[in-house]
Amino acid sequence: MLGTTIILAFRAINRHKLRSFLTTLGIIIGVAAVVTMVTLGNGATAAVREQISSLGANVLQLRPGQGFGRGGGGPRPPDFKEADLTAIQNQLTGVRAVAPLVQSSGTAIYEGNNWSTTVYGTTSAYSEVQQWKVADGRLFMPEEEEAGKPVCVIGNTVRTNLFQNNDPLGKRMRIKGVSCQVIGVLSTRGQGGFGDQDDVVVMPIRFVQRRFTGDRDVSQIMVAVDDAYDTSTVQTSLEELMRERRKIKPGTEDNFNVFDTKQISDTLTGTTTILTQIVGAVAAISLLVGGIGIMNIMLVSVTERTREIGIRLAIGAVAREVLMQFLVEAIVLSCLGGLIGLLLALIASLAIAPLMQVPFLFDVKVNLIAFLFSAAIGVVFGYFPARRAAALNPIDALRHE
Amino acid sequence: MTDKPIISLRGVTKIYGEGATAFQALKGIDLDIAQGDFVAVMGPSGSGKSTTMNILGCLDVPSGGAFLFKGRHVETLDRDQRALLRRRYLGFVFQGFNLLSRTTALENVELPLLYRGEDKKTRYDMGMAALDKVGLKPWWDHTPAELSGGQQQRVAIARAIVTQPDVLLADEPTGNLDSERSIEIMELLTDLNRNSGITVLMVTHEPDMAAFARTIVHFKDGLVERVDAGAGA
Repeated sequence: MLGTTIILAFRAINRHKLRSFLTTLGIIIGVAAVVTMVTLGNGATAAVREQISSLGANVLQLRPGQGFGRGGGGPRPPDFKEADLTAIQNQLTGVRAVAPLVQSSGTAIYEGNNWSTTVYGTTSAYSEVQQWKVADGRLFMPEEEEAGKPVCVIGNTVRTNLFQNNDPLGKRMRIKGVSCQVIGVLSTRGQGGFGDQDDVVVMPIRFVQRRFTGDRDVSQIMVAVDDAYDTSTVQTSLEELMRERRKIKPGTEDNFNVFDTKQISDTLTGTTTILTQIVGAVAAISLLVGGIGIMNIMLVSVTERTREIGIRLAIGAVAREVLMQFLVEAIVLSCLGGLIGLLLALIASLAIAPLMQVPFLFDVKVNLIAFLFSAAIGVVFGYFPARRAAALNPIDALRHE
Repeated sequence: MTDKPIISLRGVTKIYGEGATAFQALKGIDLDIAQGDFVAVMGPSGSGKSTTMNILGCLDVPSGGAFLFKGRHVETLDRDQRALLRRRYLGFVFQGFNLLSRTTALENVELPLLYRGEDKKTRYDMGMAALDKVGLKPWWDHTPAELSGGQQQRVAIARAIVTQPDVLLADEPTGNLDSERSIEIMELLTDLNRNSGITVLMVTHEPDMAAFARTIVHFKDGLVERVDAGAGA
């Protein structure tokens, strides 16, 4: 019975190839749009998450300032002192490592090669906080840190631009007019959310303070939280400690910010997820429109094939068989459309993902849901025309011109 | 020919519409058709012959009276039960051929077998046998558009007889054909009647065609006017 109707459906589709194709076009485009959008959206989300996680997992960033990114108005809040760093290390529980950071930018020169880059002044704890290993050479020693020796660890981008294929270890280069010795090369991290992460020169903080910034302030403190402790608890006690140390009266606002990288990551990925859902929903509407297209053509088809239905009824088809024939025809059409749509989405996603610089993530669930949805559209929008066909009176149907 | 009628109409009436606009198409038809008979139904337009054929073809039900087909009261059956009756015992041939377009002769002929749930090989064998019987076996893969009118009607006849029905109902089967093709079709019907034992009921307005029948039933104003013996007897 079902086998028969499927044979009949394929014969009918085969008899009207062009019309069948045009009928399914709506479904094809709908499914392709939904699946492509969601696949690329998921890729974008993954890319954002990847970029954020490169900031370091479970790292609290402590910066002076009020509110998220609000500048201007009132005196600039003071930077941190070295004593703050020691206090965080000694008085907070759940801290794995603490690293200070001062930033400066300038040109690095080696044998006629110039490269404009960012200088980070920090301690050897930076590597531990960021979980960023030295690939070649070594980090600075405590005594080099203490004395602020002119030594530096360079990122891979700086290495390739200044030294090309030469071994940089032990070489002396100039940074902002000051000579320093390269003692290590950091492992490659690639593109991050904030540009090329490997475009960096890391130096002892004392050196940067003395030669570049001119004071002993620390503009940023990075606190790595021990995995065994809850980040938000540590964040709260960090905030309490800093309020105390910066003598902020109860009821007044903090003059510093604590950013949880995980929180930033969640917020950003949440945003891209919502965007993906919105775009997916818009695409889903086109799928619905495709379904209405199928209903429209099936209704026309029933009218056009009234005589055929009359013949079938006269030959002895029962109402249910005629209903099934048209219903199965609609379902087969929409399923074929769904399959072609999935194929198109696969091709489109593979083609567009590299252009958008997001990874291609094949999501079985999305593909399956889109396909089942297209099949469901066939059932829903095929039922009404099919019922109309089945209800025809054979005598009238046979007389139909 | 056996004595027991395969079809019996007793006081069959048919009324279309309701109230003041009601129209009585059949005013009480009594008719017996014996198994193996070849009946031509004649009469002017509006005499009730088409209505009677629709009832005999189990496509329509009488408003009153009884219609016995092989002893079953068809007037008590519902739509699907009548469809199953048609599937099992009846074959139809129409004036306008009514073949499925863009469909090969064989596929057209196989159609009733599909609804019977026959497998592919049986469908092919029976379909080809039926096409052979109407002399169109070499044309099995042609679509209606590639066949002449006479050939199309033969395909339609093959489709009607492929299920080996008891009764073949033909509604002006030669109405769209020239006289030469018409005679060929009538000879085919006569052959099926004589040699395959199929009871043939045929509506026609051409006395030449009616002459092939054993029995000629004349309709007038919703009643059977008279029953003659045809030249085919």
